[in-house]
Amino acid sequence: MNKNLIELKNLTKRYNGMTAVDSINLTIKENEFVTLLGPSGCGKTTTLRMIGGFEDPDDGEILFEGKLLNNVPAYKRNVNTVFQRYALFTHMNVYENVAFGLRIKKVSKSEIDRRVKRMLKMVDLEGFDKRYVDSLSGGQQQRVAIARALVNEPKVLLLDEPLGALDLKLRKEMQIELLDMQRSVGITFIYVTHDQEEALTMSDTIVVMNKGVIQQIGTPQDIYNEPTNRFVADFIGESNIIEGTMLEDFKVAFDGLLLDCVDKGFAPNEPVDIVIRPEDIRIVVNPDEGMIKGTVTSVVFKGVHYEMIIESDTREYLVQRTMMFPEGSVVGMNVQPADIQVMKRGDVLCSEEEEEE
Amino acid sequence: MQRRGRGRIAYPYVVWMAIFIVVPLFLILFYSLTEGDIHNIKDLKFSLNSYNRVLEPIYLKVIGNSFLLAGISTLICLIIGYPVAMIIANTDIKYRNLLLMFFLVPIWMNFLLRTYAWMSLLSPNGLVNRFLLWIGLPKLEIMPGKGAVLLGMVYNFLPFMVLPIYTVLSKIDKHVIEASNDLGGNSVTTFMRVILPLSIPGIVSGITMVFLPAVSTFVISGLLGGGKTPLIGDLIEQQFLSSRNWHFGSSLSIILMIMILISMAVMSRIDSSPEEERRKI
Repeated sequence: MNKNLIELKNLTKRYNGMTAVDSINLTIKENEFVTLLGPSGCGKTTTLRMIGGFEDPDDGEILFEGKLLNNVPAYKRNVNTVFQRYALFTHMNVYENVAFGLRIKKVSKSEIDRRVKRMLKMVDLEGFDKRYVDSLSGGQQQRVAIARALVNEPKVLLLDEPLGALDLKLRKEMQIELLDMQRSVGITFIYVTHDQEEALTMSDTIVVMNKGVIQQIGTPQDIYNEPTNRFVADFIGESNIIEGTMLEDFKVAFDGLLLDCVDKGFAPNEPVDIVIRPEDIRIVVNPDEGMIKGTVTSVVFKGVHYEMIIESDTREYLVQRTMMFPEGSVVGMNVQPADIQVMKRGDVLCSEEEEEE
Repeated sequence: MQRRGRGRIAYPYVVWMAIFIVVPLFLILFYSLTEGDIHNIKDLKFSLNSYNRVLEPIYLKVIGNSFLLAGISTLICLIIGYPVAMIIANTDIKYRNLLLMFFLVPIWMNFLLRTYAWMSLLSPNGLVNRFLLWIGLPKLEIMPGKGAVLLGMVYNFLPFMVLPIYTVLSKIDKHVIEASNDLGGNSVTTFMRVILPLSIPGIVSGITMVFLPAVSTFVISGLLGGGKTPLIGDLIEQQFLSSRNWHFGSSLSIILMIMILISMAVMSRIDSSPEEERRKI
């Protein structure tokens, strides 16, 4: 197992009485790709900026390789940042932008040349040395920003929504490229995004945040399949969230139905939230063969599947299937016990409201 | 259609330009290249005499003095103005406009009035000297003299240096400064390698906006310099108003104009050099 590189302990940041980051605890290991995921205003960027040294925490500690980092100024930290809008030096060409950090560190000319050239090759910008940055496309500027940070060989690279300004296709390409780069240079990436798909694609670990509080830490599979509360379930992917009651271990009830599930450890008759992912609901043509009977009220073609809304007597279900059932048809729905995720309820923090960052 | 319509709106402006800028300019050029009685057109004949007169050492010295004093006061304005602009740009937005006002309010007062104010402050028995005597220091004897003229120029033109630099500085993306810190630059390195180069356009327009009025200024040297160091502006004024030698006054104006154009061309060259390089590729 890799050793701990960064530890956040009860880290807190307030702005004018508002708590942006509320006493969070997080451990980041070497070579890990960690994503801070959440809606805008959830404190993810503030957390990143505290690690980078651009914001002073009001409370708590940042440890870097076991040493306190709180009072170390940004320019002395062994971390580098890729900023949201790149923040490139418009008065310098690509080469000078990338060489900036090395020149400050008084690295020898030949060494600078070697490292800058190698880095430009890695980000696929060979021959762009003399170009000024504002003559480059968004994707190219993005690569310069990454090269400018990585050339310093930091222990940690902080990325603040680095792909936010790119179009969808380029973003997907860059996701894969970033992932390749992370694997090949073998350094820790701390990545901030509000795009859940991006987080699922790239991360070793996802940290879901809302209102300055960490909601869940886990692998993409954990986060998707076993969200711990309503907020996470709702934020990551689409889901049917149903209020129900946990009768006993492995037995959950809602809408007058009693279903088997794989969850346990709740108090008898505890009120819970149940998550069923739309792709986990199977449709049978004969309504009597399903656990739940319903009428298809809307069908939307989404490319890989059809997205249907099926209305039962008590609620609407969002269902994704590759087979289409026409509007108005009455069908049955089945769910496997393993596809039912039961979560504790009553978490005041998991409101869906968003606030401006 | 729309374009032509819009073009027509510009006509009054074109007429205005012709009457008040182009025609006077040609008149000055005309007077500078002639000699004779200005009230009698038939008497006027082509001559370069007034230009030859500009080359006389006494007048060359006046021109030299003008450029020297304008240059020094521009430099002083830059040295004082840059930090001031930086302080204002880094001030909390709430107080920024207030601070800016402190620098702008003096411009609202009449130029002459401001200069007279300095006269009474700096005169041998003025406020400044009375204060110096009171605290037991020797009298300051800068007025009349070059020192007082410089002070007057700097005072009058400083806002024109502060404003453009402030504008450029306040537009610099703070993330760029953070990026420099992030890459290991402390505040000195960040200033030298990032902030200063990015603010060059502001410096260039500040220099232009101070140097141009400073080089052609008059009155200041008359009032604060006691006429000991006449500047080219005073000389031109004198030729038109008291000496009544419009030919010489015109050629002085033309020479001044050409020298200003040259300095502006040099400045804009410095300003646009990065773009030039960009275009070459």
